[in-house]
Amino acid sequence: MIPCDDGGLVNVSRRGLVAGLGLGALVLAVGLPSRSGAQQAEAKFGADGMPNGWRDDPKVFVGIAEDGTVTVTCHRQEMGQGVRTSVAMVVADELGADWSRVRVAQADGDEARYGNQDTDGSRSLRHFFLPLRRAGAGGRMMLEQAAAARWGVPLAEVRAGDHAVAHLPSGRSLGYGELARAAADLPAPPREAIRLKDASQFRYIGREGIGLVDNRDITTGRAVYGIDAQVDGMLHAVVARPPVYGGKVASLDESAALKVPGVVRVVRIDPPTLPSEFQPLGGVAVIARNTWAAMRGRDALKIAWEDGPNAVYSSDTYRQGLEAAVRRPAKVVRNEGDVDRAMAGAAKRVAAEYYIPHLAQTPMEPPAALVRIQGGRCEAWACTQAPQVTRTRLAQKLGLPEEAVTVHVTLLGGGFGRKSKPDYVIEAALCSRAMDGAPVKLTWTREDDLSNGYYGTVSVERLEAGLDADGKPVAWLHRSAAPSIGALFVPDPKHELPLELGMGFVNTPFAVPNIRMENPEAVAHVRVGWYRSVSNIPRAFAVQSFVAELAHAAGRDPKDYLLELIGPARLIDPTDLGDAWNHGEDPRRYPIDTGRLRRVIETAAAGIGWGRPMPRGRGLGIAGHYSFVTYVAVAAEVEVGERGAFSVPRVDIAVDCGAVVNPDRVRAQMEGSVVMGHGLATSAEISFKDGRAVQQNFDLYELTRIATAPREIRVHILPGGDHDRPLGGVGEPGLPPVAPAIVNAIFAATGKRIRRLPIRDQINA
Amino acid sequence: MATALIVNGIERRFDGDAEMPLLWYLRDELGLTGTKFGCGIAQCGTCIVHIDGAPALACQTPVALTVGRRVTTIEGLSPEGNHPVQVAWRELNVAQCGYCQTGQIMQAAALLRDRPDPSDADIDAAMNGNLCRCGTYPRIRAAIRQAAKGGKP
Repeated sequence: MIPCDDGGLVNVSRRGLVAGLGLGALVLAVGLPSRSGAQQAEAKFGADGMPNGWRDDPKVFVGIAEDGTVTVTCHRQEMGQGVRTSVAMVVADELGADWSRVRVAQADGDEARYGNQDTDGSRSLRHFFLPLRRAGAGGRMMLEQAAAARWGVPLAEVRAGDHAVAHLPSGRSLGYGELARAAADLPAPPREAIRLKDASQFRYIGREGIGLVDNRDITTGRAVYGIDAQVDGMLHAVVARPPVYGGKVASLDESAALKVPGVVRVVRIDPPTLPSEFQPLGGVAVIARNTWAAMRGRDALKIAWEDGPNAVYSSDTYRQGLEAAVRRPAKVVRNEGDVDRAMAGAAKRVAAEYYIPHLAQTPMEPPAALVRIQGGRCEAWACTQAPQVTRTRLAQKLGLPEEAVTVHVTLLGGGFGRKSKPDYVIEAALCSRAMDGAPVKLTWTREDDLSNGYYGTVSVERLEAGLDADGKPVAWLHRSAAPSIGALFVPDPKHELPLELGMGFVNTPFAVPNIRMENPEAVAHVRVGWYRSVSNIPRAFAVQSFVAELAHAAGRDPKDYLLELIGPARLIDPTDLGDAWNHGEDPRRYPIDTGRLRRVIETAAAGIGWGRPMPRGRGLGIAGHYSFVTYVAVAAEVEVGERGAFSVPRVDIAVDCGAVVNPDRVRAQMEGSVVMGHGLATSAEISFKDGRAVQQNFDLYELTRIATAPREIRVHILPGGDHDRPLGGVGEPGLPPVAPAIVNAIFAATGKRIRRLPIRDQINA
Repeated sequence: MATALIVNGIERRFDGDAEMPLLWYLRDELGLTGTKFGCGIAQCGTCIVHIDGAPALACQTPVALTVGRRVTTIEGLSPEGNHPVQVAWRELNVAQCGYCQTGQIMQAAALLRDRPDPSDADIDAAMNGNLCRCGTYPRIRAAIRQAAKGGKP
């Protein structure tokens, strides 16, 4: 149970921003970092495989004030997935707390204290469900111990629940607030002594109808995101960055900028050495009294850029290069049987190539951060998915010990992978340092976000299959060419990383006797970063489109054909497929379960009424995909009108993510995935010309709006079984199957096969 | 040139750059950060406020044009934060990240004032300028319908 030493009782919206609130919180105990052995390095999977592992100490995650208010510390970052609510549900349930008396405090970046805090990879509950249960249960046991001692009765005669501990024989009862101080003095129970609740006793875990803890702040405008952080005396900054990755300032005339009223200073930011990792791109910062003055000052800068070698990057020619690469033999990353021989003997051969462009995450809140450096300490408020990473980079950049850097995490106005990279926080720190440590809030405009992003990769996927006389695949060849995220960290890695190969590529779980995957070389000319569900997007699009193409070639129903290709229900060790990564999870604990994949496909198909007669111009499409150790299938209905305009009246999405903690948020993530997937399927694309992003704002980077969104989205959550079974991810796996389901539905409606995203007006082409 | 406007019922004076968009005046000068920045070019609707009761894009409205007018931001929509739209938003857990939702709520509140029982087409027309990257549109639609029915699901 925690000290509320960091203002922990205050809603995240304001915590750290309003100093010295009279919290009235009785701290249960000072949370000394009690090294809880199991996080040490011997195990390699799940949370154990993440930097700084995990903690399950009630003294770290649970605080109880004298008035009984329970404060759950959330060490994962809220960006819309509902994690602050879900984490609190888990802890409160095991603690026996009354939900109406539970508050959530947001942890600062401090992984030695909390365990891993990188909120990405759809991992928060997958990795922390059990540790958080233990933290809550440990707190409950400490309260029971304190009550038994107070009454001088055997521990077996007391029971905690409903925010109080009862003495069963006498009916006496003490509230949690009354017990808080005494419980705080007790040692946390050792892990082996923790008694978790039986799942049948859960009051919040798995239950519907729980409101988001941030609902009131969000709906009243009080919620504070990184861009909203404010402290007294704060200055505002924007940065002119090189339009081409690796570019530099050749010459600068800041005289006009300095004449803009409100502009205080113009500061050069050094270009990074490449690859730039999470470092700022360099350029020129304008620091002003308000954001508008900073923006006008930036407009008045006269900068000549030296573009450097990446000015050659143009998407049309680059695509041609990828296409050439996938038409030649390349590095083999999985090989079973003899594909060439089987292909030669096949009754029919089918080949297709698919193109998926760069995408930008464009969280509605662009990157922004507030930093001040005072008295040898750096303090940051940031909408970051990775507060410890941010803290480490700030310490390195400023030459401070890590203990002298505090990263407060605000709410994130969306993240989608962009805010895992703290370049914008470092920029704010450099501006603060240039102003002798004065607080500076740095804001990215939307043009900045789209011009200088960490883009989802661009990819050409070539698939080739040999079918036997019955139309069944006997040979399968898949080449995937895409610049790698690895290029952020090492110069020219040439090939994709294991984590990219393991995203729906080498781990394709199809029952084909001869199968080969190859990964040609590709060079990155921009910062390639992770975008929600990452390489699963191009792979699911290509593979699930191609399966439908094969079904058509074989004259079969695409859903039946897909199920046959997956084959019977069985457990596959992903390492047998050449996937040593498996989303970081133990292959024994998380084998690929084709039965679960089949079931989500069957569920989505049943939901949309697969096989029903369709009027002219309407069609159904389906796709299923395994990612983030979760199984999702999407069935889409499209209506194609005159001149190729189309709409998506309905989508059924079925998800099997194992045990479910917060069903409402699982549903919300699936709904949101359908909308985001619709956007990347239909209209969103980042392309480059002469090294510069063509789409600079939402006028050209077109996202799905309410009128064009799928009109009806029905989410089917498959029963997850008991809560002792491993959890799957939720934030990302809904996205990959959406685009192929829509494109397959367009084919069913029109006979037009679209192999290049976004669809735009290709139906007529 | 000093100007005066009414923001959430309070008279405010402004003597800075008259071209400054109302958005940055509200956020940076008044500290009213519920009105959000999303694009700066009238494409996303995160900055919607009411000016004399009508929805307006704060990023496109020079503060000079608001002289003598009444500006209502999300902070001033309802004294206790219990406008029927806000209540419906909470009851249906509309928000994901929540960033765009203040603009959505301001736009929806204006819609319902003009059309207390909007059709789907009315909702599409009124709300199509408000982007949501999390994809909460189905719940936005449902919450508007619920609010229109006086809060009954």
